[in-house]
Amino acid sequence: MTRYIIRRLLQAIPLLLIISFLVFVLMMNAGDPLATLGGRKVTRSEDRKRLARQLGLDQPIYIQYFYWLIGNDWQTFDLDFDGVPETPGRRHGVLRGDFGTSLIEKRPVIEIVWERLPNTLLLMGAYEVVVIVGALLVGVYSALRQYSVMDHIMTALTFIGYSMPIFFVALLTMYLFAVNFKAWGLPYLPTVGMFDPAAGKTAPQVAWHMVLPVFSLAVISLSGYSRYIRSTMLEVLSQDYVRTAKSKGLPQRVVIFVHALKNAALPLVTIVGLDLPSLLAGAVVTERIFAWPGMGLLFLDKVERADTSVVMGILMLVAVAVVIFQIITDVVYAWLDPRIRYT
Amino acid sequence: MDRLEPFVPTLTQAVDELEAPPLTLRQLTWRRFRRHKMALVGVVVLVLLVLYSFGGAIFISEAEANYVETGMILQPPSAKHPFGTDTVGRDILARTIYGGQISLIIGLTAMLVETIIGVLIGAVAGYFGGFIDSLLMRFTEAMFTIPQIMWLLVMAKFFSGKVPNIDILGRTFSGSVIVIVLIIGLTSWMYLARIVRSQVLSLKEQEFVLAARATGTSRVSIIFRHILPNCVAPIVVSATLGVAGAITLEAYISFLGLGVQPPTATWGNILERAYNFIEEAPWLWGFPGLLIVLTVLSINFVGDGLRDALDPRSRAV
Repeated sequence: MTRYIIRRLLQAIPLLLIISFLVFVLMMNAGDPLATLGGRKVTRSEDRKRLARQLGLDQPIYIQYFYWLIGNDWQTFDLDFDGVPETPGRRHGVLRGDFGTSLIEKRPVIEIVWERLPNTLLLMGAYEVVVIVGALLVGVYSALRQYSVMDHIMTALTFIGYSMPIFFVALLTMYLFAVNFKAWGLPYLPTVGMFDPAAGKTAPQVAWHMVLPVFSLAVISLSGYSRYIRSTMLEVLSQDYVRTAKSKGLPQRVVIFVHALKNAALPLVTIVGLDLPSLLAGAVVTERIFAWPGMGLLFLDKVERADTSVVMGILMLVAVAVVIFQIITDVVYAWLDPRIRYT
Repeated sequence: MDRLEPFVPTLTQAVDELEAPPLTLRQLTWRRFRRHKMALVGVVVLVLLVLYSFGGAIFISEAEANYVETGMILQPPSAKHPFGTDTVGRDILARTIYGGQISLIIGLTAMLVETIIGVLIGAVAGYFGGFIDSLLMRFTEAMFTIPQIMWLLVMAKFFSGKVPNIDILGRTFSGSVIVIVLIIGLTSWMYLARIVRSQVLSLKEQEFVLAARATGTSRVSIIFRHILPNCVAPIVVSATLGVAGAITLEAYISFLGLGVQPPTATWGNILERAYNFIEEAPWLWGFPGLLIVLTVLSINFVGDGLRDALDPRSRAV
């Protein structure tokens, strides 16, 4: 098992290098970072030249990538154009834990991302709990009452939910629960932000603001997850050991929740494990609509302004999370299902 | 032979009475597809949507769809503007008609790009194996590692403003339409490539491929004429669902402001900034949103029907 994990980690290294290089090249050609520098007008050509030299933007792209990767603190640069390279580089490179500085905010990337990460994790954690619990309830119910009226209704609903773009769900729920509830004089839900500035960032405030985004995210995924549970549950229910459990007179509840569900829910580990990291970014649209100050919103903002180092930082975080979660998923799955052995 | 002749007609007659003539594969598929009622509804709705967006163009000109009337901003639905007007006073009905054309075309062409890339990469990786296979699969994995929406945003930013507007049939299309088609195609082929690869891996070991190779058939011919026709079912299903995916993705990027640029309308970019007008103008996002949901839902039903109809294991007629 240890060898398997080490091999997977080693395989991930070229993967991350390919991705980082691809995105770096795309981002560096995606617009003029100097033009978006904090709104200031950098019009004079000598100013532009000086700035480009200071930021290292006048170097060829592969050199810039190299500096991004391993830093440039062993070299000296000629920043004042006197022909003498006397200023030493200050970057340490990603491999030594330095993700660079944001062009626009002039702050370390790690600091910027670190501020937003908890907000996204909070949203995602709540969402994941709602989806898993909901999918288990709906899936098990549909499987036990296969072809009943409720099962058909749920099948139809999951199909519709599956086809809904998330922004439409979000807009509909906002219209219903915020706008109309307000108009009808009912307690209405807030639509934007994490908390009411007047009330401050308290736990009830944040929870109250989380209801709509979590609901919108959950509606979409719930469909896929519950269909999955339904089909695995149906498969398991027809197995011999379930029949044995029933025939030896165990109560229905025990058969379903102990014998059947335990095995039916096992594949859920795989989907959740593979879904989790992409959620770090997957909520770009949701965070945009609900103005939730998470990583998705940060990413969107920085892509629009061509702030390469922040975009690269977020992408690398997500990519590493994906790779690590894949390995964790495999390991956990093997641990839960003794039939699987990795070599 | 003469001696047997009297028996032959009676024999075939009896067989004819017992069972219908054998069905061709196409007839079998159609029979199974027909049983899937929702898929048929999906086909009908799709035909109606195509009629709406392409037939509607006969009655309303594109100039009308792009006509800005600043005195008529955010008007609710009325007799003159059945779907209301948008933030600069354009008629939303006209814009959903012309937006529908672009959205449907984007869906179909992005699907083509996606399918071509996916099939090529999957077939080459599966057939040649070895170093080429591991190289291509590493690349596929790399594409998988970053969520698609992030790829799309980065690529949309990369291509934005780099493709000039194009004129076809006397109409001007924003260059961003081509960009969207391209980037959606470039970021959604990975599932298909994996499916095709696994199919090719098992098919290439079969006798008919060995026979083709023994008769000196070229590799290109083996891949395209002997192996790929056997993978048609998963490719067709994936392509159908790919259209729905592409329409949704276009809507996402346009919604976020990095998609198709005005004046060219799509269902997605009518929705752009609509979240600022949830309360004031529900018609602004309601109608285009509904059209997107309807299209995607119908395509998903059709895809589901095709999956059942093309599955060789379900032999029910």
